[in-house]
Amino acid sequence: MPAWFSLNDLYYLLPELVLASGVLVLLVATALTPKRRQGWLSWLALGALAASAAAVLAVARPVPVDVARGLISVDAFAAFFKGIVLLAAALTVLLSVRYLDTEGARHGSYMFLVLCATLGMMFMASGTDLVVIFVGLETMAIAFYILAGLLKPDRRSNEAAVKYFLLGAFSLGILLYGISILYGMSGTTNLRALAEAVAARGRDPWLMLALILVAAGIGFKIAAVPFHMWAPDVYEGAPTPITAFLSVGSKAASFAMLLRIFLEGLPSLSGDWTILFYVLAVVTMTVGNIAALTQSNTKRMLAYSSIAHAGYLLIGVIAGTTRGVAAMLIYFVIYAFMQMGAFAVVVLLRRADVIGDELKDLGGLLARQPFAAVAMLVFMLSLGGIPPTAGFMGKFWLFSAAIDANYVWLAVIGVLNSAVSLYYYLRVVVFMFMKHEAAGSQPALSPALTTALVVTLAGTLVLGVYPRPLFELAELSARALGVVGVSATVF
Amino acid sequence: MITATHYLLLSVGLFSLGVIGVLTRRNIIIILMSIELMLNAVNINLVAFSHELQNVVGQAFAVFVIVIAAAEAAVGLGIILAFYRNKETVNIDEMNLLRW
Repeated sequence: MPAWFSLNDLYYLLPELVLASGVLVLLVATALTPKRRQGWLSWLALGALAASAAAVLAVARPVPVDVARGLISVDAFAAFFKGIVLLAAALTVLLSVRYLDTEGARHGSYMFLVLCATLGMMFMASGTDLVVIFVGLETMAIAFYILAGLLKPDRRSNEAAVKYFLLGAFSLGILLYGISILYGMSGTTNLRALAEAVAARGRDPWLMLALILVAAGIGFKIAAVPFHMWAPDVYEGAPTPITAFLSVGSKAASFAMLLRIFLEGLPSLSGDWTILFYVLAVVTMTVGNIAALTQSNTKRMLAYSSIAHAGYLLIGVIAGTTRGVAAMLIYFVIYAFMQMGAFAVVVLLRRADVIGDELKDLGGLLARQPFAAVAMLVFMLSLGGIPPTAGFMGKFWLFSAAIDANYVWLAVIGVLNSAVSLYYYLRVVVFMFMKHEAAGSQPALSPALTTALVVTLAGTLVLGVYPRPLFELAELSARALGVVGVSATVF
Repeated sequence: MITATHYLLLSVGLFSLGVIGVLTRRNIIIILMSIELMLNAVNINLVAFSHELQNVVGQAFAVFVIVIAAAEAAVGLGIILAFYRNKETVNIDEMNLLRW
């Protein structure tokens, strides 16, 4: 009988422990630093994220490792999502540095909360027990509730926080009720044991109810239609870097949780949840894209675009194959680059005299800030799925995974939706390249913002022409999902 | 004799009350209370199942739910307070800057 917990378990938790120590150091440093000299805390946060990423690589093993008797799995799947989340968090920090000064917000508490949210996301990706996943989810969500409302004097930020909090807590109640029924039907919260118990039980009405409740609860988190109402409001009202982090980090972690619970915990009911997600995916893609067509606010438009992307990503879940999951993983990396890049340009437009989140604020950007305008062009083409950008490769893999799994119509609907989405992505380009210059002072790049733009632009372009290493990594990670690991204590 | 079915009926009732409260009430504080009702329905479920299955995981889970619910309520009330300071109201129909 292996021990409950040993030093080996702690070793495999190194990425989380490093980040958690970073969080604590940041908290103490925030308390000790006067408000106006908190700028360096952003770099401390960046350092903690980098150290955690290094630790992810250090503890990576070819075989999955079960930590603390199957509470947490350190496998390639978790490592892949941790990489995405850490990348998104690092880009968020880069986007925030000057933005916080413009808004007059404190760096310390903000960075503390960003790291807390990242920590929660990492547990969502690696947890193989419903309790761990739930605690990870709430660590992330509570930090995001505060971050959304961080600009206290700003009424839009207040409203965003209240809406996000109410709907987030409501969705948590629904998710937990589903989970409590799953526990009652199986007597366990471990995903592998749950899979066996559910398979032995077969279909029954209580399990169906639990399935629907859990799907609805997660549907809120990934902003799938009809559970998307909070997303546009929160995305518009929250501070822009947080909007970016919400749309990439929180979405990636929620999808990791979805894959864990459904593919690892409930594979025997795949016939039922496939139908459920099929409907969700089609509705989400279509409603997201159509609603985005009429938006005049860039952040709101990107919110609906991100809803539509959740629809595309659900295709990978429906396919349910290794190829489908791998395509989702690939898409998340690409999505992180292009979405963070697009938000970097919106952050650039925030100046002391202009809020800069309306489409008309993009007017004449080509003349005023050519590099940012060209970068935005690439991000928009990539979000729309035009070759040779990475977005095309991502969509290509997702749709071909659907065809591979015999969901031809789903792929057709996806392609039609991408065609519709081009209209509103190109509208941004029209504003930047053909309209008159917008009012307000000259938007200026800062070193951090330039770094973020260069990284996201490079990612979007390089993955578009040379995606092979990423494909191989994603296939490897997707195969790790659901494989029973070796106990950490035996190493 | 009170069986797990009775507890389940109680929790379904409590959960439905919570959901109806969230969907129909306009006062943010009452919505928050309705959400707490939903979470307590979850706790009743967990503890009842734990007793029925003679398995302690459910009770541990319920403790986690209670702790998280407390943290969430603290943060939520802080957010509501920040909102109230700017708007002088706790009615969600007054939230009109962003299209709800």
